[in-house]
Amino acid sequence: MPLLEIRALTVEFSGTPAVRAVDGVDLTVDARESVAIVGESGSGKSQLLHACIGLLAANGRARGSVRFEGKELLGVGHVAAVRGRGIGFVFQDASGSLTPHLRIGPQLAEVGMAAHGMTQEAARAESRRMLECVHLPDVERRLMQYPHELSGGMRQRVAIALALVARPRLLFADEPTTALDVTVQAEILALVAELCREFGMALLLVTHDLGVVAALADRIAVMQGGRFVETAAAADFLAGPRHPYSAGLLAAVPTLAGLP
Amino acid sequence: MKSGLWHDALGQLRGDRAAMASLVVLGTLLIAAIAGPAFVGFREDEIDWANMAASPFEADGHWLGTDRLGRDLLVRTLHGLRVSLAIALAATLVSLVIGVAWGALAGYLRGRADALMMRFVDVLYALPQVFFVIILTVVFGRGPLTLLVAIGAFGWLTMARIVRGQALALREREFVEAAIVGGAGTLRIVGRHIVPNLLGPVIVYATLTVPQVILVESFLSFLGIGLQEPLASLGNLIADGAAEMETAPWMLAVPAGCLVLLVFSFNFLGDGLRDALDPRDR
Repeated sequence: MPLLEIRALTVEFSGTPAVRAVDGVDLTVDARESVAIVGESGSGKSQLLHACIGLLAANGRARGSVRFEGKELLGVGHVAAVRGRGIGFVFQDASGSLTPHLRIGPQLAEVGMAAHGMTQEAARAESRRMLECVHLPDVERRLMQYPHELSGGMRQRVAIALALVARPRLLFADEPTTALDVTVQAEILALVAELCREFGMALLLVTHDLGVVAALADRIAVMQGGRFVETAAAADFLAGPRHPYSAGLLAAVPTLAGLP
Repeated sequence: MKSGLWHDALGQLRGDRAAMASLVVLGTLLIAAIAGPAFVGFREDEIDWANMAASPFEADGHWLGTDRLGRDLLVRTLHGLRVSLAIALAATLVSLVIGVAWGALAGYLRGRADALMMRFVDVLYALPQVFFVIILTVVFGRGPLTLLVAIGAFGWLTMARIVRGQALALREREFVEAAIVGGAGTLRIVGRHIVPNLLGPVIVYATLTVPQVILVESFLSFLGIGLQEPLASLGNLIADGAAEMETAPWMLAVPAGCLVLLVFSFNFLGDGLRDALDPRDR
């Protein structure tokens, strides 16, 4: 049984005109597997993740089936039990995903207490450990700081730790590096890959950066206009994409060839 | 954990001179209102037949003069301060607790629950407050408690609307989504991630509510459906004083000065608190 199984998932937003962001998508993620969804802005990749975890906007509706470890997540209220402990989520903008008025320490500890009913001491020890896992420098001092006192890269590390404290079996990462500058992007991605191996987590990564995909993913799904146009093993995909759109995406990656 | 925020806010507030001065003034007024009347030597309804409408320091013992009926103005102002402060603080507390909880929950739940909760607020808004107060006084009689219920019943409506608007916006922020995805329940999200983040506007609005409530109270007393003589409130003292403005200006100046001091202090304190509670300003 795959860890996550998406069948004929459709996401629609009501309005004039109604928008179909995701249009009958199938996808599976096995345990410990890392899958990347690539595609241009507006292709529906973020909404796909949001629909799985029940985070659609008020006018959004998801149909089809999303099963996590065999349990249906759409519509029946299982999704609340899966959040945190089953599926963790790293957002695009880490500055936004940390509550501004809470210090780093209590903010992390809270997740541990909510997800696993840890005592305050246990949750604090766990958050300290997680901050060490994401290689945040000077952990003791960071625990006492507010999010706005950290740099963008450090905040994204904290945001990853925030998702890890609940010890999910599957990590959703929605363009986790777009808000960061290029050198930090590489560090964060390497970190995500390392943590997935270390904790035996599966990863579902959304990105529009094919360089990221090459380094991280086992499998790649290319999304265009709400549909998957190609799903392939990463190595095969990079060697020779079958769909013209995928070829276009790959050709759009800037190279150094031809520069003086 | 929670004490961290308040501890920092206190530290920040200590550095704010205007806010600290306001705190001292408010504290002094509060102590004077509670303990003061016992030291003045006149009762608030005691008539001094020899000194009617005496100006300040003119008559023995009446430091701030007397009113038209020869009652000591100082002790009446202190009593008025006590009643006005009590009603204002209690009504503001009611509006804080009910308004914030109602608004934050409506904004967070959105959709049908939100519509239902806010329509209830709209219905109360549509009731004319004066008629509501008249009905209350007919049923329960006039007095401070009726006045408090009447003001409290309406005071939280605006607060609920302000808070709901803020909560609707906050709900879409990623840190709330992060908390939802982290597995936190509704109450925890509203209590830990939404309410603390809207404390700034709430506190500013609350400090504006206090003087507003004092004015509503004086308006109702002036109409004759609020507090009744010989009970004094700042409102009806000012109304009385305004009638004698040309012949005995101190009757207006004393309670009015007291009200101005009160309102100024609350506003400065509100500004200071807003700065202190926002960690991004540090």
